[in-house]
Amino acid sequence: MKFMLLIHSTEPAVIENTRADAGVMSPEYAAYNDALIKAGAMLAGDRLQPTTTAASVRVRDGKTEVLDGPYAETKEQFGGYYLIDVADIDTAVQWAARCPSAQFGTVEVRPIWNTRGD
Amino acid sequence: MKYLLMLYAEEKVGMAMPPEQMAGFMAQLAAYQDTLNKAGAFVTTAALQPTHSAKTISKADGELKVHDGPYTETREQFGGYFIIEAADMNAAIDLAAQCPAATWGNIEVRPYNAGYAPG
Amino acid sequence: MTNEVRQTAERVARDSYGRLVAFLAARTRDVAGAEDALAEAFASALKSWPVDGVPTNPDAWLLTVARRRQTDAIRRRQTRTTGEVHIQLMTEELEQAAANSDAIPDRRLALMFACAHPDIERGMRAPLILQTILGMTAVEIAAAFLIPPATMGQRLVRAKARIKDTGIAFAIPEREELPLRLDAVLEAIYAAYAKGWTEIGDSNADRLADEAIWLGRLVASLLPGEPEAKGLLALMLYTEARRAARRCEDGAYVPFDQQDIAIWDEQQIVAAEALLRQANKAGPTGRYQIEAAIQSAHVARRVSGRANWEAVVGLYDVLLSLTQSPVVALNRAVALAETQGLEAALASLAVIADDKRMADYQPYWAARANLAARAGRRDEAYEAMTLAVGLATDDAVRQYLIGQRWLLQDG
Repeated sequence: MKFMLLIHSTEPAVIENTRADAGVMSPEYAAYNDALIKAGAMLAGDRLQPTTTAASVRVRDGKTEVLDGPYAETKEQFGGYYLIDVADIDTAVQWAARCPSAQFGTVEVRPIWNTRGD
Repeated sequence: MKYLLMLYAEEKVGMAMPPEQMAGFMAQLAAYQDTLNKAGAFVTTAALQPTHSAKTISKADGELKVHDGPYTETREQFGGYFIIEAADMNAAIDLAAQCPAATWGNIEVRPYNAGYAPG
Repeated sequence: MTNEVRQTAERVARDSYGRLVAFLAARTRDVAGAEDALAEAFASALKSWPVDGVPTNPDAWLLTVARRRQTDAIRRRQTRTTGEVHIQLMTEELEQAAANSDAIPDRRLALMFACAHPDIERGMRAPLILQTILGMTAVEIAAAFLIPPATMGQRLVRAKARIKDTGIAFAIPEREELPLRLDAVLEAIYAAYAKGWTEIGDSNADRLADEAIWLGRLVASLLPGEPEAKGLLALMLYTEARRAARRCEDGAYVPFDQQDIAIWDEQQIVAAEALLRQANKAGPTGRYQIEAAIQSAHVARRVSGRANWEAVVGLYDVLLSLTQSPVVALNRAVALAETQGLEAALASLAVIADDKRMADYQPYWAARANLAARAGRRDEAYEAMTLAVGLATDDAVRQYLIGQRWLLQDG
C-alpha cells in the first residue's frame, strides 16, 4: 500500500535543524533515507523551498488569478514529503515516527489512491 | 527546476459527485498529464485518499502522539499533486493555470530544494 | 474536602477498578456494560461523597450503585421471562457481595484470561487488559502504542464485543490448558512493559512500565504456584532497575555495557533475585524465567565487575531452542562476542541477516554496526550504523549513533 508522509514544521525550526545549509541533507535525514531504501519502502522523497517562494493559482470564469504565498497559512509549514510503499497504515505510522522531523514538527500520513495501476 | 503543484479542492463536493461526473474530471486530469508529458514537463502525479483517512504524528511534551485526521483543517483539502519540470516560477505558474483542477479548486506552486534529492 | 474525596475516589479506582469490572462482567460477559455501569457509579460518588461523606466501605457503595445501573440496562434489553430469572440471580449475588466487600470475589484473573483469549487478536490483548483491569483510557493506551485514539477506541470496542458475542469464558483455564493460556496473559503484560521501556524520554511510557509491573505483581500473587508469573515479574524488575542508567545527566544515551552500576536500583534487583530463586525452585523452566536468569547473569557485573557471559550464551541457547526467535538469535550473537570473539559473533549474526523481520529492526542494525566496528570491518559497520540511525525513533539514540559513525570515519 502506498502512503504519503507530509512533513510540517515551522520554517525557522527547519533552518535551525538543518544547520542552515539547505542544500545538504542532515545526517539524520540521510540515514532515514538509507533505512527507507534498504527496507524497500522508499518510492520518492523531496524537500521544498520555504513557503515564501510559493504562489497559488486558480482559474475562475476563464480568468487566472495568482497570489503570492502558500494556499493555507499555518503555524507549521508543509516543507517536504516521502512517498512510501509498506504493508499497512500501522507500518506507515511507524515510519513517520522515525522521521527526524517528528522530533520537532508534525508528520501527516495519507494513503494514496491506486488509480493509475502504477 | 522542479516544481510541486499542490491541488486543493473541497472533498465534500468531490465525494457527493455522481461517479460519471467524477470520471469526467479524472479524464480532464489525464488529458492534462498527456499535455505535460508532450511538453517534457511531466515528472509524476498522485491522488491522495480523503483527509479523514489521514493520521498525524507529532511530539508534544516529549511524547510521540498519533491523531486521526490531517495536520490542518482547511476549507479546501490537499488531495493530490503533480510534479513538473519548468524553466522558472512563471513557467510553472502558466502550467498550473492549465491544470483543470485550477478551475474547481486552488493550486499551490512550490519550487523544489535544488541539490537536495534523497530519492 | 472535595480534594480528599477525589483522592479517595482515585485510590478506590486504582485498587478496585479491575476487581469491580471483573465482578460485574463475570456473569454477563459484558465488559463494556460493566465499565459503563461502574463509570456512572464513580460519577455519582464524586457528586454525593463530598456532601454525605466517604462511605466506610467505598467498594460496596460503588458496587451497589453500579449493580443498579447494570440491572436497569439489562432489564431494558432483555425479554421479561428470560431476563427476570437472570437478573434475580445476579442481584442476589451482588447484594451479598455489596453487604461485605471482603466477600467480593476477585475475578480479575478470569477477566485477564478472557482478554488474552486465543480468539482475541494478539495485538489487542495488552490494550484490553490495560483498560479493563486498570481503567486506562483509550487515549492513554493509544499514545503508548502509537495508534490514533479513535482507532484504538474502535479496536477496544470490537474486542469487547467479541468477548460477549463469542462466549469467551470468564474462567481460569483447567490444569492442562493453563500453561499455554497463562503464557498469553504474560505475553500481553510484557508487551505493555516493552512499550513502556523502549519509548525513552516519554513521560507516558514510564507510567505504562509501572502499570505493567503492577499487573505482573497481581498475576504472581493470584497464581502463587506458577513459576512463569514470578519469572516475568523478576524480568521486569531487573530491567526497570536500569531505567535511570540509560541516560546521562545531559540526556545523552548510555549503552548498556557503559552504564554506571551505581545508578542501578539495588532494591529492585534484590527483589528480582528473590523472585527468580522462588521461580527456579518451583520449575519447570519457561521463557520468562530464562530471560530473568539472563538478566541476573548481566547484573553479576555489580559484584564481579563483569557479566557472566558464559551463562548468558548458555541461557540464550536454551531460549533459542524454545522460541526460534530471530531477536533471541541476535542477542545470543552479541553475547557470543564476549566468549568466542567478534568473528564468531558476526558469523552467527549472518544466519539471521536475510530474515525479513530484521530489515527494519533497529536493534539488529545497531548491534551489527557495533560488532563490525569492533572487528575492524569499517565499511560494513558504517552502512549498518547508518541504517541504525535511520530506524531510530529516539533522538538521544540517534545522536549517539551518529557520534559512533563519526568515529568510524575519523579513526
